[in-house]
Amino acid sequence: MEYFIKLFLSGTAKGSIYALMALGYTMVYGIIQLINFAHGEIYMIGGFTALIMGGFFYSQGMPMGWVLVLSILLAMFYSAAFGYTVEKIAYKPLREKPRLSALISAMGMSIILQNTVLLAQTEKFLPFPSYLPEFSWLLPYKEYINSTQFIILVTSTLIMILLTLIIKFTRMGKAMRATAQDMHMAQLVGVDVDQVISVTFILGSALAAIGGVLICSYMGQINYYVGFIAGIKAFVAAVLGGIGSIPGAVLGSFVLGWTESFGTGYISSDYEDAFAFIILIVILLIKPDGLLGRTQKQKV
Amino acid sequence: MKVQTILTEIKKSLTVAIWFIILFFPIMVMKVSVSRGVAQIQFRWNLILPIGVAGFVLSFIWRHALVWNESHGSAKKGDGAAMSSSSLTRRSSNVSVNPFSRSVGALLLLVFAAAFPFLFGMYHTNVMITAFIYVILGLGLNIVVGLGGLLNLGYAAFFGVGAYTYGLIWKYVGPSFVAAGFDPGWLFWISLPVAGVVAMLFGVLLSLPVLRLRGDYLAIITLAFGEIFHMVMQNSSDLTGGATGISLIPRPWFFGQKLAPGDAATYIYFIALVLVIITIFVVRRIEDSRVGRALEAMREDQIACQSMGVDLVKNKLITFALGAFWAGLAGVLMAAQTTYINPDSFTLSESMIMLMSVVVGGTGSIPGVIAGAMILKLLPEYFRMLAQYRMLIYGIAMVLIIIFKSDGLIPRKRKQYTFEAKETAK
Amino acid sequence: MSTERLLYENEVLELDNIVMTFGGLRAIDGVSMHIDKGEIAALIGPNGAGKTTIFNCITGVYKPTEGKIKIRSRSGAVEEIHGLKPNVINQKGLARTFQNIRLFNNMSVLENVMIGRHNSLKAGVLKAIVRDKATKEEEQRVIEESYEILKKLKLDPYTNEMAKNLPYGEQRRLEIARALATDPFLLLLDEPVAGMNAQETRDLEETIGIIRDKEHITILLIEHDMSLVMEVSERIYVLDYGRLIAEGTPKEIKHNPDVIRAYLGE
Repeated sequence: MEYFIKLFLSGTAKGSIYALMALGYTMVYGIIQLINFAHGEIYMIGGFTALIMGGFFYSQGMPMGWVLVLSILLAMFYSAAFGYTVEKIAYKPLREKPRLSALISAMGMSIILQNTVLLAQTEKFLPFPSYLPEFSWLLPYKEYINSTQFIILVTSTLIMILLTLIIKFTRMGKAMRATAQDMHMAQLVGVDVDQVISVTFILGSALAAIGGVLICSYMGQINYYVGFIAGIKAFVAAVLGGIGSIPGAVLGSFVLGWTESFGTGYISSDYEDAFAFIILIVILLIKPDGLLGRTQKQKV
Repeated sequence: MKVQTILTEIKKSLTVAIWFIILFFPIMVMKVSVSRGVAQIQFRWNLILPIGVAGFVLSFIWRHALVWNESHGSAKKGDGAAMSSSSLTRRSSNVSVNPFSRSVGALLLLVFAAAFPFLFGMYHTNVMITAFIYVILGLGLNIVVGLGGLLNLGYAAFFGVGAYTYGLIWKYVGPSFVAAGFDPGWLFWISLPVAGVVAMLFGVLLSLPVLRLRGDYLAIITLAFGEIFHMVMQNSSDLTGGATGISLIPRPWFFGQKLAPGDAATYIYFIALVLVIITIFVVRRIEDSRVGRALEAMREDQIACQSMGVDLVKNKLITFALGAFWAGLAGVLMAAQTTYINPDSFTLSESMIMLMSVVVGGTGSIPGVIAGAMILKLLPEYFRMLAQYRMLIYGIAMVLIIIFKSDGLIPRKRKQYTFEAKETAK
Repeated sequence: MSTERLLYENEVLELDNIVMTFGGLRAIDGVSMHIDKGEIAALIGPNGAGKTTIFNCITGVYKPTEGKIKIRSRSGAVEEIHGLKPNVINQKGLARTFQNIRLFNNMSVLENVMIGRHNSLKAGVLKAIVRDKATKEEEQRVIEESYEILKKLKLDPYTNEMAKNLPYGEQRRLEIARALATDPFLLLLDEPVAGMNAQETRDLEETIGIIRDKEHITILLIEHDMSLVMEVSERIYVLDYGRLIAEGTPKEIKHNPDVIRAYLGE
């Protein structure tokens, strides 16, 4: 029973990290029908920025608390900045072109970002310091959950609530929903579609950055390639829940997290990454629109 | 006023320059290294100026390139037509190369290719063999992506299927084969068609579940299959050797003689060359046929072609099966060349490289794909200093090409039909 | 409710109480219509009435939620085609054009029409590679047949031009040429003159007449251009909010109060 709870909680923590990235995928897809292949790299850049900036601040003697806060904020800023820039350079010119063009461009962008970081930094795995505080009151529950997981759970929940509030109640949120439904109509009623798209990318990227910092703290290391596999899994989560649907992304992420957790816990840990792919294939075969997705009939 | 525009231009580019400096500051200017568990940060201040200048200049070029692109392009929507239209290609160029000079050119090229191994050494011959393998892969993938318009991101898996078919035949049938007194070299020739067929079967298997999926979903599922193949190969140590792979795979023997490595390389070179020629021949025949047209129609508009009587299911199966076949052949070649295979040669990166040679070279265009594959494989060999920038350059090329010249470096030229009789021919 | 019946002697197409729902929306709400052999019929109605949806049901792009669609096939037998795949339906003899032009943009004009001849050929992959005499002759035949069709629709000057480079009116004609190439006995035209000027519309009127008279093809068209509809059709069906509100000759429809109300509102 203990084991079950432990797996459940770690699966939930994993799921929430996937959710932070999956939200970015789903929001972008909802608006411009693009699978942003480069999203994983945005996540990786967030982690790297935190490592670099945090390392710098720490070396200058800044107290840990400040280091933590500033690193995360800067990671969010930089991921958002990269997300925004990538969209303007690689996706905007292709907006009226067939969708596969943008897909290829996204793949190219992913390669460019990966290699820029690789060349500018290093191909080695870098240890990621645990900036996150240890909660002593959690020690008795060591068997079930650790501090990092706890922080992940709390942070992700707060952020998802925040995002939901933004989408539901702010003007920009309404504009985003309108653009996702019908871009041309939204334009006609006066929505600045360019701005909406930029905001979508910025939001999604900032979320990915938080995910990046959290997971790197959890794993204790980072490398230019981590964005790739994390990106694929988060994408699977988004598709599983129904790509384009925000609650779907969250649901799909948790399902994936739990599947991986229980799968590796009870079945085998060799095939950890395989679960994501198997789920992906199964869901695309049975219900391509995902758990919460709506069937989109093609207009003829 | 001219001055006003120049000032605005400068202001815009300056903004971009400053933005770039801010953007790339942590990643490029700051460098992290870890010694004894502590992160050390060093500052490469000297990079700030180049980044700024690059931002300034590039933003200027970019803005004008985009404007130019807009005014020349008129791409219509259509899922698979992504890579068939571009503003950089002149509309229906009537300037066609004189067929005579084209044949002469081809002949010269053939002569050069035949003489190559004797002019250059074993090392370069091996480089060429790899290039040829990737040409075959590119042409095969081109059937799926260029003709059929189906984006396949897991093509390396078919390549792997072919290679492992040969490897496994060697591993399990080899010993008894040799014990029976046959030259192991024959296994190569046996494996070649077998691998092609096995790869085709996998192609059909892959296509069955994806028949109903839209473009982007299809791409993702092919990616997933590719990754699963890689994972399964990695983890099935008993069956396939796992991460250690299969080694000592025999090269083809020359009329019952086992060849020394240098001569074997030459032998394989010619086999590869012949296979390339066969592939080109077959693909051209398919292109200019009922099947080829059906595939292209499928790429252009699936619903319309279905409404004109084209069986989508059948043609999607054909597309995947045909495409996979060539990858299977290429796999056997590769196994014979390197005599050693392991799962790491069949990863997503490989699939992407194959896709790049098609997209960058020219989707649907045979000369384009050949050029793309050659460039992708030969450039890193002969520009060693750029080796680490290889992927970065490819990535940039991919983005640039898809934005500005989506039909590739050497775009597809459509067949021109002429009609005599009463009217003047076109 | 409608009763089960076989097609009348001269009917080629019958829709029997077709219902089409998308999620909660009942786009087509119990439509029954029939098309007689050799006639030119029109399906009109305000925007969003469901006209293209009906076309999509007939041609197999959609599977009707309820109801039956029957045709009198080339062999004379009565067949049910609802739910069949579009390519199967096309093979049985129904061809269509699209409201938003769906040409094979990056293929030449001739090749677009050649696709229409797809099912008159038999060569598969192996024959394509081997290219024996029979295949070569087949190919040649297809090329010539397609060229003839282009000439009929006066598109031959554009033979080798890429479909996407054609002027708008020619693109619409190319869609018709392509559909004709599939050898249909029933041709469904979805807004064939949309966006055309007066002269082009007159020309197409003439073409439609020729197709029916010379090629003996039954025609069903969706159109908003009332002058064309009144001029060319012998029978008109009027659709509004997924239901048929009138059926009759052009004269009858012109004076039908329900029709007038549907178009002009209360």
